[in-house]
Amino acid sequence: MSSAITPVTMPKWGMSMTDGTVTSWLAQEGDIVSAGQDLVEIETTKITNVCEAPAAGMLRRVVASPGENLPVGALLAVLAEAAVPKSEVDAFVASFRQEFVPGEAEGPAVEPIPENVEANGLKINYLAVGDGAGMPMVFIHGFGGDLSSWQMNQAALASGRRALAPDLPGHGASSKSAPAGGVEGLATVVGAWLDVVGVAKAHLVGHSLGGAVALVLALREPARVASLTLVAPAGFGPDINADFIDAFRAADKRRSMRAVLEYLFADGRSITPELVENLLKYKRLDGVPAALDKLAAECFPGGRQAAVLAGRLGELAMPWQVIWGAADRILPAVQAEAAPAHRRHVLEGAGHMVHLERADEVNRLIEVLASSA
Amino acid sequence: MAIKSYRQALNEAIAQEMRRDPTVFVIGEDVCGGTGAAGEKEAWGGAMGVTKGLFTEFGANRVIDTPISESAFVGAAVGAATQGLRPIVELMFVDFLGVCLDQLMNQAGKFRYMFGGKAETPVVVRTCIGAGLRAAAQHSQCLYSMFTHLPGLKCVVPSSPYDAKGLLIQAIRDNDPVIFFEHKLLYDMEGEAPDESYVIPFGEANTIQEGEHVTIVALARMVHFAKEAAAVLRKEGVNCTIIDPRTTSPMDFDTILDSVEETGRLVVVDESYPRCNMGTDIAAVVADRAFHALKAPIKVISAPHTPVPFAPNLEDAYIPGPDKIVAAARLLMKR
Repeated sequence: MSSAITPVTMPKWGMSMTDGTVTSWLAQEGDIVSAGQDLVEIETTKITNVCEAPAAGMLRRVVASPGENLPVGALLAVLAEAAVPKSEVDAFVASFRQEFVPGEAEGPAVEPIPENVEANGLKINYLAVGDGAGMPMVFIHGFGGDLSSWQMNQAALASGRRALAPDLPGHGASSKSAPAGGVEGLATVVGAWLDVVGVAKAHLVGHSLGGAVALVLALREPARVASLTLVAPAGFGPDINADFIDAFRAADKRRSMRAVLEYLFADGRSITPELVENLLKYKRLDGVPAALDKLAAECFPGGRQAAVLAGRLGELAMPWQVIWGAADRILPAVQAEAAPAHRRHVLEGAGHMVHLERADEVNRLIEVLASSA
Repeated sequence: MAIKSYRQALNEAIAQEMRRDPTVFVIGEDVCGGTGAAGEKEAWGGAMGVTKGLFTEFGANRVIDTPISESAFVGAAVGAATQGLRPIVELMFVDFLGVCLDQLMNQAGKFRYMFGGKAETPVVVRTCIGAGLRAAAQHSQCLYSMFTHLPGLKCVVPSSPYDAKGLLIQAIRDNDPVIFFEHKLLYDMEGEAPDESYVIPFGEANTIQEGEHVTIVALARMVHFAKEAAAVLRKEGVNCTIIDPRTTSPMDFDTILDSVEETGRLVVVDESYPRCNMGTDIAAVVADRAFHALKAPIKVISAPHTPVPFAPNLEDAYIPGPDKIVAAARLLMKR
C-alpha cells in the first residue's frame, strides 16, 4: 500500500534556493486535499509562496511545523488515503527521514552563472540552464524586471532542453541603454541576441512588456518560434496602470519601492526585503533611470500602450496561449479576452506576477503547450 | 554580481569617476608613494593601498603626492573645490584631523551658508577609522561623531564593498564637502558590488535584516558584529532588526524610529568613545520621538572613555564585540 503514500517535500524554487521556512499550513491533518490545492506556505530568502499538494488524498501527517527551516527535499507532510493504516504512515516517515540526504535534491552544486554577448552593439546578459537536445525555451521578462523574474520557472522547465533568459537592454546586467523603437526595437535586439547565442528556433515565453516583445518576434519570424506563451502580456489593449509605471520610475527608497511592488502581486507577502533591495540596487546604476524613462516614453506614452497587437493574433501559426492572473493590477485580466477561450488561462489568486505566484500551474501550462508543438 | 574587496570597491569608484569627469583628482600623502625619490613612482598607492594604480592611469597631474602637511593639502583641496575642481583628499588617519580642522570646520563646511547659498565646495576627504590594527592611540580612533556634530559637512561610514563604492561615487558627485570614513579592518572584506557605476543616496539607512524583537543600529565594523550577535540571538528565539545608517550626516532617523516603533527595544553599537557619540545621539532622538514605543531602556554599547590601548589584549577588550551586543539584547528581552 505504500504506493498510496505521497510525500510532500520542501520545493526548490529557483536555482539558488537551498532551504525554506514553513510559515503556515493551509490545510490541517485529516483534511481531504485535491492535487494542486494550496497546502503550505513557504518562505525563502527571495520569496514567500505556496506549495501545492502534489497529489490528491488525505493530509495524514504534518511533519514540519511553522517556523521550521528545512533543506530542499526535506519531508513536510504525508498524503495518503484514509485506508492506509497509521503504522504505515509512521514507517514511511521514519524511512524517509533515515534515507534523506540534504543537498541531493538540489541538483548540481554549481549554480549556472550568467554570461554576456554583444548583440546589435549592446551587451546582453543572459542565463542558460540545462543542456538537453530538445527544442530550447526562451524567457523574456517585463519592464523593470530582469532574468531573475523567471527564478521559479526557468530551472523547472529546463529538463531535456536549454532554457535561456536574457536581461533586456536597460535591465539587469545588460547595457544600460534602451534601443529606439519601443517594443519593436526590443524585439530586434532579442532576435539579434538569439542569432548570437545560436538559437535558431525556440519556445518563447514572455511576461508583460516581454510578452509584447515575444509576440512581435512570433509575428515577424514565425519560423523560429515553436510555441508562444504570453504571460500577462503587453500589447493586448491600450490600458495599463500608468501609476505603477510612474511610481516605479520614481521609487528611490525601500518604503516607496515596497509600495510600488504591492501592485504586482495578489498577495503582498510575496514581497521580500531582498526583492526590494535588489530593485533599488538596479535603479541606482548609472544609465538605468534614463533607459527606463526612454522605454516608458516609447512603450507607454501618456499612460497608454503604444503597440496594441491583439488584432494580429489570428496571424499566429504556431501553438500559442495566454496566461493571466485574475487579480492583475498592472494590465487588466479582461485583456485576455482578446484570445479565444481555449487559448486563455486566467488564474485565480494571482496578480501581475502570475508566473511567481502560481508558478507550478504556469509551468505546467507552458510544458503542455511546448509538448504539443 | 562581481565579488570585490572593500579596498577594490573604493579604488574602482575613484577610477570610474576620474574617467568620467576630468575635474576629479586625488591628493594626499603617499597616494602614489614614490614622488621625489628614485625608483618606482607608484610605490604605495596610499597607506591602505586604495589609490594603487591611479597614478599609472591618470598621471602626476591628477594623483598628487604631498609632503606631511595636512593643513596645506587639505586647504589646497578645499580651495580647488571652490574653483570648480572635484578633489578627493586622503587624510591618512582620521586622528590627524587636528592639524587641518579649521579648513574643514570653519571653511569648507561654512562656505555655502556664509556666501548666501551660492558657493559649492565639492571636496571629499577620505580617511580611515577604527581600532584593531595594533596602531595605538594616535592611529585608531573612530572620530566620525566629531564631524557629524558640525553643520555643513556630510559624513559617510560604509560597512560593505557595495556601500563603499556607491557612497563614494555619490560623495564625489556631491556638491558639498563630504568626510568619508573607511574602517581599517574592512579593507580586505569581500562582497558583491556591480562593476558598473552606481550611487547610493545619502541619508538612506540600510536595513540588513528584519526581526520583531530588538532593533540594533550599528556602523562600519560594528555592523558585522551585530550580524554575529543576531545569529546567536536567533537561536534563542530573539529576532533582531539590524539597521546600518550608512551616513551619520544626513542621518536617516525615520528608518530607526519606524523600527523601534515595531520592536520597542533598541541597542546602538558604536566603536567610538562613549560620550557624545552616534549612540548617544540616536538614543536621544529615539527617546524624544519614540518614547511611547519603548518597552525597555535604550542600550548604547561603545568603547570605554579612554584612548585606544596599544597592548593587544587591552585593545581587544576595548573594542565592543558581539558578546556585548548579545548580552544587551538579552537584558532588554527580560523587560
